[in-house]
Amino acid sequence: MKQAEPTAAGLGLRSCHICGLLSRSDESAGATHCPRCRTQIHSRKPNSVSHCWALIIAAYILYLPANLLPIMETGSLFTYREDTIMSGVVHLWKTGFWGISTIVFIASIMVPLFKLIALTLLLISVQCRSTWWPMQRAKLYRLVELVGRWSMLDIYVVTLLAGLVQLRSLATVKAGAGAIAFGAVVVLTMFAAMKFDPRLIWDPLRKENIL
Amino acid sequence: MAHQIEPLIACRECDLLLREIPLFPNDVASCRGCGAQLYRNTPNSLNRTLVFSLTAAILFIIANAYPILGIEIQGTRNATNLYGAVYSLWNHEMRIIALLVFATTILIPAVELTMMIYLLLPLCLRRKPPGIALNLRILQGIKPWGMIEVFMLGVLVSLVKLNDSFSIIPGVALWAFGGLTFMFATVAASFNPRDVWAHLDREPDGKGST
Ligand SMILES: [Zn+2]
Ligand SMILES: [Zn+2]
Repeated sequence: MKQAEPTAAGLGLRSCHICGLLSRSDESAGATHCPRCRTQIHSRKPNSVSHCWALIIAAYILYLPANLLPIMETGSLFTYREDTIMSGVVHLWKTGFWGISTIVFIASIMVPLFKLIALTLLLISVQCRSTWWPMQRAKLYRLVELVGRWSMLDIYVVTLLAGLVQLRSLATVKAGAGAIAFGAVVVLTMFAAMKFDPRLIWDPLRKENIL
Repeated sequence: MAHQIEPLIACRECDLLLREIPLFPNDVASCRGCGAQLYRNTPNSLNRTLVFSLTAAILFIIANAYPILGIEIQGTRNATNLYGAVYSLWNHEMRIIALLVFATTILIPAVELTMMIYLLLPLCLRRKPPGIALNLRILQGIKPWGMIEVFMLGVLVSLVKLNDSFSIIPGVALWAFGGLTFMFATVAASFNPRDVWAHLDREPDGKGST
């Protein structure tokens, strides 16, 4: 195994998440302010695990209406259709837009599910103080942060279509209730990813070395 | 009391204590423990970011002032800009979604650009604007919520979907959003809060010696 690696927390230091300055804090608990930019700094994000769980559980619950309720209603004189996220993807695929259909499938279905599962695994591993594959878990977290925002894609598509297709009897597009639930899932999982502290992945490996 | 220790830094992602080493221009330092990116050496980053931000601000105004797309079917046509689309959602009882779209594509990018220019213009003129720490704190907090590039992809997907049943009239803002996506990416790539602090440490009162 690796030799003892010095961490900031192990030496009673804290780094500022705004300006990066490292400073010594006398108290191990309690609030400290960065000497350079006066931001309140913590050794680890406070209540990271419990807040992250709360956000993820809320997102799991809303994930169902987000996928079951229609997010878009299209109507004209003769036709009316309601689309959920999945039926929208299928409709695009059937009409021959394979590329766009794949992009929407990845952004709207794969990414939210991937985020929820990845964050759940990360939280469980951190709570078990797992020392299993830390580098892979760190990369997984980086990927969660990177791809999360792209789920907003469908919200923007619905907004644009509903804004444009307002041609009275000829054609109208309306946003459906599923859009609200879907937007909430995206926002909640983004907050959850921000609340998760990746340093918790590495702590169990290094505590052994410090003690 | 807290006191400073230099030139050590801690990795943001794994808390490993590392010695800060000088980099060649355009090089990136990564953490030895977890591979996270620590810092970059972007030459002249403050001036460059200011130029990119000013360009982005002009494109942002154009992107919001003109229609993005227009559609036409059987002589009936309709065009909308971003604000119009948001307003239409608001009127159709989709207020939460309207607010979400407004915040992520109009409000936050506008605040981001304003604060960037407020911060960098005086610094590049060797003056120190008040509230730098607060400014950087807000910039870092809102950064994940500005989603111009995702919106741009949404415009392209909408274009394909609409092309099926309507004839499409591309608007000026369509091109402006394309440019804006690119400018936001360059701002994000060249801006480095670390350089602002380094600049202030070198010139605490903002007045340069030469
Ligand atoms: Zn600080
Ligand atoms: Zn690291």
